[in-house]
Amino acid sequence: MEFGNLMAIIFIYILVDNLVLHQFLGICPFLGVSRKMETALGMSMAVVFVMTMATVVAWLIFHFVLEPFDLMFLQIVAFILVIASLVQLVETVMRKVSPALYQGLGIFLPLITTNCAIMGAALLAIQEEFIFIEAVVFAFAAAIGFAVALVLLAGIRERVEESDISERLQGPVVTLLTAGILSLAFNGFQGMLSL
Amino acid sequence: MEEIKVEVLLQAALALGGLGAIFGILLSVAARVFAVEVDERVEQISEVLPGANCGACGYAGCNNFAEAVCSGNADVGGCIPGGKDTVSEICQILGKEGVESVPKKAVVFCDGDRQTAVERFVYDGSPSCKHADKMGGGFKACAYGCLGLGDCVEACPFGAMKMGDNGLPLIDEEACEGCGVCANYCPRGIIGMIPRDYRNKLVMCNSRDRGKSVVKACPVGCNGCKACTKACPQEAITMEDNLAVIDVDKCDGCGECVAKCKQGAIKALGEQHAAVEKLPRLKLRKLRK
Repeated sequence: MEFGNLMAIIFIYILVDNLVLHQFLGICPFLGVSRKMETALGMSMAVVFVMTMATVVAWLIFHFVLEPFDLMFLQIVAFILVIASLVQLVETVMRKVSPALYQGLGIFLPLITTNCAIMGAALLAIQEEFIFIEAVVFAFAAAIGFAVALVLLAGIRERVEESDISERLQGPVVTLLTAGILSLAFNGFQGMLSL
Repeated sequence: MEEIKVEVLLQAALALGGLGAIFGILLSVAARVFAVEVDERVEQISEVLPGANCGACGYAGCNNFAEAVCSGNADVGGCIPGGKDTVSEICQILGKEGVESVPKKAVVFCDGDRQTAVERFVYDGSPSCKHADKMGGGFKACAYGCLGLGDCVEACPFGAMKMGDNGLPLIDEEACEGCGVCANYCPRGIIGMIPRDYRNKLVMCNSRDRGKSVVKACPVGCNGCKACTKACPQEAITMEDNLAVIDVDKCDGCGECVAKCKQGAIKALGEQHAAVEKLPRLKLRKLRK
């Protein structure tokens, strides 16, 4: 295992099994904060940060608390608890330690608390039976995948906004169409690689 | 049905309760250790501000402005939409003497509507003044006139503007808070801010061109003939780059200038377009295309 395996995980979860465009997790921030490139980048950074941490902590909780007591059925409830507290903790600490970072990411952190992509990543890491290092790499790659999708859509939306499109297609309609086409495009990666 | 085992229930409750308790303690400890001292006054000031986050004060939002006021970086009268009431409330919170701030309103200094101003070519690009302005200097023959694509209308945080049928933005005086955001968005700097209760005449033109070229491009533009500056008994009108500008503090509304202006560029708010009718027919002849 190796290094190749880890590289495969990175490739798969950024392009092939993209969290947003293939597994359809985290659609709400995908559509909600993709209006401007600036906010999309901010949100992406926050997601990369929180998803990696949340998955790591969730993995530890699962393997060192839930598994020994045979309480695996509690994983969803436990993970909600973990993620919510973690985000809150990160916010509190960040506000004190790095006000600049807080200014940039602060608004997005509460949004992430209830984000299904974060939850999905934590659950997937368990479901795929990753070992610790794999889980870390997986979470990071999945978050980068999310960021790629978000930034792509934000870029397209900024352009669409300025072009002359039919009145009936304006607003959410063209955004959803764009997202759909993006998703189709990413489906082209299907079958290229699997674990 | 499967029998429910009490011990499993107990274990589950204990595990989750334990996790919850640990996280709870952790969070409350963190809140203590990493507490950030927030100035009480910041919150109080944020509450009295309009909360529109219009950015007229130069800060990103009302909250940032409140912080800046508290730390003494911003002027207490910085919030233009809030007006006098807000200023006096902020002063109360900070225990400072009040500062007079004159409420303002936005005015579009251009009267060259679609019928009047000459268009050089048909613009079919993105519906944004900013872009149209960059394309060959804009589709209007006048390089200073309103392009009428509504960047200002979109920018208005108070919904006080709309695009008129004649291709000039209309400003709802009641709703305009005088924040000046529209003025920043206008790529040609046509929109100006004047005192809210000003009802006298204004030069409804923004053209810095001289003489004939103004007349060719727009029959209601100021061609810088200086007739008004000489006529004004208050000496309220000055020429700035071939454009007559009325000093709103000096003007007493006598109307001498209106009579002297051959272009009909001087008028009061609400009188725009009416002047076009009175112009000699010669000027209105097929100027468009």
